[in-house]
Amino acid sequence: MKYNNIDNINIPEKEIYAVETENLTVKFDNRVGINDINMKIKKNSVCSIIGPSGCGKSTLLRTLNFMHELIPKVSVTGDIRIMGTDISEYNGVDVRKKVGMVFQKPNPFPTMSIYENVISGIKYSHGNNNKEKAADIVEKSLTKAGLWKEVKDRLKISAMSLSGGQQQRLCIARTLAVSPEIILMDEPTSALDPISTEKIEETIYFLKNDYTVVIVTHNMQQAARVSDHTAFLYIGKLIEFGKTRTIFTKPKVKLTEEYITGKFG
Amino acid sequence: MELNTLNISKSNLAKRKAINILMLSLCIVSALIAIVPLFYIFFYTATAGLSSINLDFLTQLPKPVGEAGGGMANAIVGSMIIIGIGSLFGIPIGLLSGIYVAEYSKTFFSNIIKFVTDVLSGVPSIIIGIFVYGIVVLPMHRFSAYAGGIALGIIMIPTVTRITEEMLKLVPTSLREASLALGISRWKTTLMIVLRTASGGIITGILLAVSRVAGETAPLLFTSFGNTFWSNSLDSPMASLPVQIFNYAISPYEEWHRKAWAGAFVLVFIVFVISIVVRIVTRNKFSQNL
Repeated sequence: MKYNNIDNINIPEKEIYAVETENLTVKFDNRVGINDINMKIKKNSVCSIIGPSGCGKSTLLRTLNFMHELIPKVSVTGDIRIMGTDISEYNGVDVRKKVGMVFQKPNPFPTMSIYENVISGIKYSHGNNNKEKAADIVEKSLTKAGLWKEVKDRLKISAMSLSGGQQQRLCIARTLAVSPEIILMDEPTSALDPISTEKIEETIYFLKNDYTVVIVTHNMQQAARVSDHTAFLYIGKLIEFGKTRTIFTKPKVKLTEEYITGKFG
Repeated sequence: MELNTLNISKSNLAKRKAINILMLSLCIVSALIAIVPLFYIFFYTATAGLSSINLDFLTQLPKPVGEAGGGMANAIVGSMIIIGIGSLFGIPIGLLSGIYVAEYSKTFFSNIIKFVTDVLSGVPSIIIGIFVYGIVVLPMHRFSAYAGGIALGIIMIPTVTRITEEMLKLVPTSLREASLALGISRWKTTLMIVLRTASGGIITGILLAVSRVAGETAPLLFTSFGNTFWSNSLDSPMASLPVQIFNYAISPYEEWHRKAWAGAFVLVFIVFVISIVVRIVTRNKFSQNL
């Protein structure tokens, strides 16, 4: 840092994180889903969440974009800040425009073509009817999701005629089309074959340039391959959170080491 | 020496194959029995009625006994009008209550709605006719097409409600989540994603309801009554095919019996055409067979 301007001294810019949670606790009808989670996820990074089944990985992910609203009798306490903004006062519909989500199983809309699938978010929520702009968005989104070359000549066919891996990349493109800041992925490759998985992981790597990705995964190799930071959850608690390399080579907590080395899980 | 390491008994194989063939034949025979009545009804009404169908039958009013010619034009148009009123009344209510039960309510209230619609669909149609006679015809002091339409609409509501609910429940939750995750609001998700995915099944249900009420006679006897002339307005008694068929069929005149058969054929034909047209109009490029 150069100190040629006196005003800059001692005023370090406060870093704005993509996702910040403070004492985040989620309860389902008094059963604790996640307990007192404090995390800071950096912008333009990939953060993976690992842990054994039922540890609250998906719950944490779904709380970040208010998908828990669908479940009755759920209570959320604590703060969530997305790009520095406290979202507790916001409507879930508005939050989800900024925080997109890709699910475990590919779920394209079966009654729509590839093109209509990609543009659906804009069409039904942002009220954009500009056709040229829409075509541009479809091309850009499919390109970013790594699917454009494979489908550019058959955008009008049913989305269901694509293979599972292509459908999942279509779902990623659909999420990108509404231009979110953050993309949540809930085990996006667990229903896919190794080659499709590799393509999705490649896509995730490139998505980092424009978005922040939070990915839940059962596959520790995948966490090690794609993510910059890793969070280890166990029975609703955040056990360890840090650089992926550190977590996988020199974990500070014994529980993390035991999980990563396969002693339980 | 042969080693039977697999330890499978071969003796059962013949028996199992025989049972398989038996059950399969029962299924095929049942399927045939299920479709025979429809074809039989269609051909029987056609052979008995087609000879009396001509341009006059479709365009003329009924003539008094003994006079040749005449037709059921007023009843054909009347039936369509009454079914139309019934659909305008019954389909939206059935559809919206089905959406409510399936998408927005998992409470005691929705269980009550489900139970009540089940009971309502079991209520004999003549009772619904008498009910509408009591709440519409008596206060208005006259039979009317409105009353007939309301009676048919009430009969349609439970069918449309239950089929809408069942079809919406078949739509996987993952599609609702996908839509919501794009920042699409709840009602647009229901309308543009869920309803659209289930549309094939819902349309089948609606057609089923329309076809069923198209042939209803009993509730119309007390409500739209019947008319041997053109009705001037929806506020006056109106002729309908089922009632006309009924009146002609119980008459002692040979000529009227033939006309009744012709009317029956026209009724079946109208239902058939409505089904096909609706299917073509609402066809989806990538329809899902839910």
